[in-house]
Amino acid sequence: MDKWEDNKAWFLVLPAFIIVAFSGIIPLMTVVNYSLQDIFGPGQAVFVGTEWFKEMLSNNRLHDALWRQFIFSGLVLLIEIPLGIIIALAMPKRGWGVSASLVILALPLVIPWNVIGTIWIIFTRPDIGLFGVWINGLDLLEVPFDHTAKPIYAWITLMAMEVWHWTPLVALLAYAGLRAIPEAYYQAAKIDGASAWATFLYIQLPKMRGVLTIAVLLRWMDSFLIYAEPFALTGGGPGNTTTFLSIYLVKLATMQFDLGPAAAFSIIYFLIVLLFSFAFYQALLNVGRGDKA
Amino acid sequence: MKIQKRTIALCLYFGILILPIYWMLNMSLRTNADILGDFALYPADITFQNYVKIFTDPTWYTAYINAIIYVSMNTVMSLAFALPAAYAFSRFKFIGDGQMFFWLLTNRMAPPAVFLLPYLQLYSTFKLMDTHIAVALAHCLFNVPLSVWILEGFMSGIPKEIDETAFIDGYSFPRFFITIFIPLIRAGVGVTAFFCFMFSWVELLFARTLTITEAKPIVATMTRTISATGLDWGLLAAAGVLTIVPGGLVIWFVRNHLAKGFALGRV
Repeated sequence: MDKWEDNKAWFLVLPAFIIVAFSGIIPLMTVVNYSLQDIFGPGQAVFVGTEWFKEMLSNNRLHDALWRQFIFSGLVLLIEIPLGIIIALAMPKRGWGVSASLVILALPLVIPWNVIGTIWIIFTRPDIGLFGVWINGLDLLEVPFDHTAKPIYAWITLMAMEVWHWTPLVALLAYAGLRAIPEAYYQAAKIDGASAWATFLYIQLPKMRGVLTIAVLLRWMDSFLIYAEPFALTGGGPGNTTTFLSIYLVKLATMQFDLGPAAAFSIIYFLIVLLFSFAFYQALLNVGRGDKA
Repeated sequence: MKIQKRTIALCLYFGILILPIYWMLNMSLRTNADILGDFALYPADITFQNYVKIFTDPTWYTAYINAIIYVSMNTVMSLAFALPAAYAFSRFKFIGDGQMFFWLLTNRMAPPAVFLLPYLQLYSTFKLMDTHIAVALAHCLFNVPLSVWILEGFMSGIPKEIDETAFIDGYSFPRFFITIFIPLIRAGVGVTAFFCFMFSWVELLFARTLTITEAKPIVATMTRTISATGLDWGLLAAAGVLTIVPGGLVIWFVRNHLAKGFALGRV
């Protein structure tokens, strides 16, 4: 569709720009301001230049949190994307089952994030949780299952929660992509005698490319920003083994009141995310172009 | 035979999906002593005392009302600001449109934790701390860009000829926009409202930080309960179950648009 060229369109964008700028730009400037100063108290601040940045970039706890974050987000993609596709393929295509499936799938998505944590605490605790009691009842583990006891248990619980929470989103996206494939493609595949696997590989998967790109990038971004669920479930523990970037940042900023380092960390964090956002945006544009060609 | 296997697997998955929620429901219908004393797959003596406590104790039920107030405010604000902007992006070419669109999206991708500290200062300066509008405004940070994004997708599906015809017929822009254009994309508006509701309802960090007592939402009350008193699992579970109810209702209303919304809306 050809668009009208008219710079007056800015007036339509202006309200949205102002409201997002109020919540987005002003605070970001404040963070930049903090990151360059050492603040002792109200009105007492010394300009320190890039000192906080140097300190944060050589901070081992930040490095650890960053690695943990990459591993976590990577695992999230590896598990959720294939699982989501499988679920979408298995979903009914017509009848009452469609509505029912959609409602069940969407349910975890509207539960407040800290309640997700609460649900999983209740579900996995070794004394009252269905899963905790069941797995310990099997008597297979050397150390009884308790997500506060061993890092590996904390990670398993966290991953289970994450997969439980967000795979439905991937499934919904993939399902939407599948529904958009015209029936003629399937008929052609049938005439050619294509197997189910070939149909998937050469018709469904390429046609889902757009929504899957969105799913991959959305899950990558959002798992990178994760805060409330691990905060509610493990609080970053045991030790620091589930302390991800956001959790570490909030600890630094609101519990230790290290404003300067926290602000420098914020900016580093934000730049990393911005880099991914840009890749995200470019990928989306290219997907759009690919569809038209 | 193949289809049946598939259906069974799907039902199994849905079972697993429901199981943790069921477990919380189970806990919410039992007393704390009962929960800790005796492991049971279903509540033997169903008690509603946890729910009664929540509906009679002002610190609990006002927390729900607070959350519903700021979520509604946020949804209305996001739509009001995003509709004209989305129209501009879908219809016009203007200086800096691509950059503007990307900048809006970066706010959706920004880590909320980054904005935490300045928000405390900013909202204190404007005397907005502990008000509903503060949380609603803060949530605009990610909901306005998201709404623009979804709505732009829906609007681009409407041919431009409709706009042209209306203008030739002498419609002014505001009249055309409100009486013709918005009704045309009402499914899109519904889906957008759903996502605004969803992301505002589930958010914890801003909601907890920007409120103290007057506007404290249910999610914050729950985390404080966990840390403050000795744990009352039954009560906590009941509070959790009640946070799922509004979301469940909203899903039910938009269920027919959900799949389309996910595809077109490019969430």
